[in-house]
Amino acid sequence: MTPQTAILVSLSLPLATCILVALAGSRPNVRDTISFIAGLLTFSSVLSLLPYVQSGVYPGISLFEVLPGVSLAFEVEPLGMLFGLVASGLWIVTGLYGVGYMRGHHEVDQTRFFFFFAFAITAALGVAFAGNLLTLFIFYEVLTLSTYPLVTHARTPEALRGGRIYLGILVGTSVAFLLLAVMWTYHATGTLDFTAGGILSGKVDTPELYILLGLFAFGTGKAALMPFHRWLPAAMVAPTPVSALLHAVAVVKAGVFTVLKVLVYIFGIDLLRDTGASLWLMYVAGFTVLAASLVAMTKDNLKARLAYSTISQLAYIVLGAALATPMAVIGGGMHILMHAFGKITLFFCAGAINVALHKTEISDMRGIGRQMPFTMCAFVIGALSVIGVPPMGGSWSKWNLALGAVDAGQLVFVGVLMVSSLLNIAYLMPIPIRAFFSKPAPVTDAGHGNHDGDHHASDHHDGMHEAPVLMVGALLFTALGCVVLFFYAGSVYRLLEPIVR
Amino acid sequence: MFAEHLPILQIVVPLVSAPVCVLLRRREWSWGFALLISWFCFGMSALLLQRVLQTGTVIYYVGNWAPPWGIEYRIDAVNAFVVFLGALIGSVVLLYAPRSVAAELPGVRANLFYTSLLLCMTGLMGMAITGDVFNLFVFLEISALSSYAMIALGRDRRALTASYNYLLMGTVGATFYVIGVGLLYMVTGTLNMVDLAIRLEPVLMTRTVLAAFAFLTVGISLKLALFPLHLWLPNAYAHAPSVVTAFIAATATKVAIYVFLRFFYGIFGTHYTFEVLHLDMVLVPLGLTGVIVASLVAVYQTNIKRMLAYSSVAQVGYMMIGVGLVSVTGLTATLVHMFNHALMKGALFLAMGCIVLRVGACELEDLRGIGKRMPITMAAFVAGGLSLIGIPLTVGFISKWYLVLAALQRGWWPVAVLILLGSLIAVVYIWRVVEVAYFHEPTGKTAEATEAPLSMLVPTWMLVGATLYFGMSSTFTSGVARRGAEVLMAGLAP
Repeated sequence: MTPQTAILVSLSLPLATCILVALAGSRPNVRDTISFIAGLLTFSSVLSLLPYVQSGVYPGISLFEVLPGVSLAFEVEPLGMLFGLVASGLWIVTGLYGVGYMRGHHEVDQTRFFFFFAFAITAALGVAFAGNLLTLFIFYEVLTLSTYPLVTHARTPEALRGGRIYLGILVGTSVAFLLLAVMWTYHATGTLDFTAGGILSGKVDTPELYILLGLFAFGTGKAALMPFHRWLPAAMVAPTPVSALLHAVAVVKAGVFTVLKVLVYIFGIDLLRDTGASLWLMYVAGFTVLAASLVAMTKDNLKARLAYSTISQLAYIVLGAALATPMAVIGGGMHILMHAFGKITLFFCAGAINVALHKTEISDMRGIGRQMPFTMCAFVIGALSVIGVPPMGGSWSKWNLALGAVDAGQLVFVGVLMVSSLLNIAYLMPIPIRAFFSKPAPVTDAGHGNHDGDHHASDHHDGMHEAPVLMVGALLFTALGCVVLFFYAGSVYRLLEPIVR
Repeated sequence: MFAEHLPILQIVVPLVSAPVCVLLRRREWSWGFALLISWFCFGMSALLLQRVLQTGTVIYYVGNWAPPWGIEYRIDAVNAFVVFLGALIGSVVLLYAPRSVAAELPGVRANLFYTSLLLCMTGLMGMAITGDVFNLFVFLEISALSSYAMIALGRDRRALTASYNYLLMGTVGATFYVIGVGLLYMVTGTLNMVDLAIRLEPVLMTRTVLAAFAFLTVGISLKLALFPLHLWLPNAYAHAPSVVTAFIAATATKVAIYVFLRFFYGIFGTHYTFEVLHLDMVLVPLGLTGVIVASLVAVYQTNIKRMLAYSSVAQVGYMMIGVGLVSVTGLTATLVHMFNHALMKGALFLAMGCIVLRVGACELEDLRGIGKRMPITMAAFVAGGLSLIGIPLTVGFISKWYLVLAALQRGWWPVAVLILLGSLIAVVYIWRVVEVAYFHEPTGKTAEATEAPLSMLVPTWMLVGATLYFGMSSTFTSGVARRGAEVLMAGLAP
């Protein structure tokens, strides 16, 4: 298989999965097997591109001209490679987890769910492999639209409200700011190709660079930079697999990936450093890091807390891009991967607790460590990785980000990173501590009030009561990933190194 | 022989077929005949467009009388494109028509209806193809009279007042037009467009020409529904039979915009229109106001056809902004959006026609849960709606791209921002429908609705398919539009 074919196969396999899933809708086992096999195939197809990228050859393919001089084109460079691997790899795991969750939770319309899930993966891979800004923008919008039915899956009034905020902010920012920025770039430079070293140098004056950067940074609503972060907590009405893969990995990472990609390949980090155009963005990102952490501490709903934690962690990556030193950019890139594993583990755990014990509020989770020991152990590992404690993968990306801040001479952001780590401890660690060391709450808690006639209710506090095996398997796998990545961080670093050279 | 007379056959064939159609009393026969003619016209218009693109402007003297005495048909990339568009929409709409017409107009004799439709199509294509300003007036009246008749057929009695309103406004527009033409004739003694362009040059600053300019601006703007002269449009679109709405919404305002372009870019010339009289300073603000205000009004409509009608007013605003930007990119945006908007609005109104057939209404509250009952129709509606918003991979995106680019090239930042803001309002009004259609259980009128018949779904999806195809690969549409824009910028005077 030539790398060009591999790109097309990677993009079209999830799309073909949609159709097959729809056709096999009446037979859930067939449908879910198809999803799983397609996930494996997609991942191996994406993986087959890795050797090329590592050897410095960036395979690309151009499909057709959308506008004069601007084609729908793909090119796999290190950053996109990394994001593509993360999205397609975690799709397999989430697919398995999702089967367990959807069945364990007796969700309706599962076919529609898996249909749009696969569709969203196509869009995420399209973002990852985009060879120019227009292609990226196209798939960015497709990703928003294909995840809308997932966010509103429950079709309740809350889901509808959540969906409105989701669509309103993501489409609103992308059309009002991002599209304008893309057109401005085209107007100024006559091209939209991602080019090493950037294309804006000498084409746009310095004061205008500030505005253009603002349009890009805030236009990428998926990066959840404050004040355009509200969609992320709103999207938490979605079923947990969606929150896990899309709102901890694919969608949000598509956002920060876009920011990284634009800053590296459109602006060029040299230009940003020379003009200081990204200084303000550092402060906005730093503010978001701290403010979102503080808000997270006030949330009692586990998914809401994780959502604010995600907002904070995304801002790390934006900060890395804005610092515009090689180390910071690589740190930001690595954080896409490290945070993905950590946060997906945490979300998987939240979903497992919900399915097994019907608990969503942290205050109800006292003593659940005895019932769900595997889940809560995985939670600890995921939390430690997000905090950035060795030997978890998350420690390396934070390390590089801090080094990058030192390189840039912005010591204040080293401080921000450290304070943020403390805040992470403060809002994540009480959950497992409470689960393992507190006494279980009395049986009359409200945690499963709306699931009447549930057969789990009677043996609620007696011995182990884990979620379905597919779910536990998935979350243990990603937790293990957090540890393994600590030891393989070097190869990730080497993969990303060329982008800042 | 055939190829040589293509320009006149394009008009004569449907014109002569119209009375023949009256004689075909059986519903199926008259429809089949009209369909055949429309597809024949479509084929001819495609040939004509191809020829213009290959060899440049095609000139035809009607009855072999040389201009400026005889009538000249003068076809360049602009009007070949418009004729092509009119024939395309006409043939798709006719393919769709029989079930819808039978259901919505049970008491109407089908042969008369199809005759009116053929006449309307003839009139619109004639307006586009002719090179003579008075001949244009004749065709304008042919199309207008037949559309008044067709709109009045709507089964709701409000259709009568809507049609009457349109008749009044349309007549004012046409009268202003003919007064303008008369004044021009007074000073130049010619009705041929090229000849007018040449002879007007030395007398441009006379009061008579200024008055003609004013009359023509207002008259044509009325026909093309430029905000705030759009008042006839929402009711006419809302109460006309579905087929008629789809056809007129997709073509009538576009042809009027073409006439506008022909007069102000072609005959008066860009220098006089935009540098001396600064018409752009009127068009851009009015266009922008139209975009914002009409979109906001659309948000508050409960009747979906009315909502789409207000959206049409907004879209005309976009096209007129492109006209007012006075550049090749701006005109490309206008021309490409004329075509693109015809495709998407056609698709949207045809989808509404399917819903009217099955549900019997198009009030928002009657469409609860329609997404479950008519998934294919609603998918078409959503696709058309996304295009209206300007989501990439749909034609709406292509239009917006050129328009914003043109605004940036002119350095008018606020215009670019407001254009994009308009798309955001479109999100709101489209999403209101989506939420009602997909987030409620089917109740009331939608409870027993079933999917529309294939004979209506296929034409609807033909337009949706075109919306997506030309959204992905705009080489053809933007290429033709660009050629047209260059022709227009050059003006008619040699």
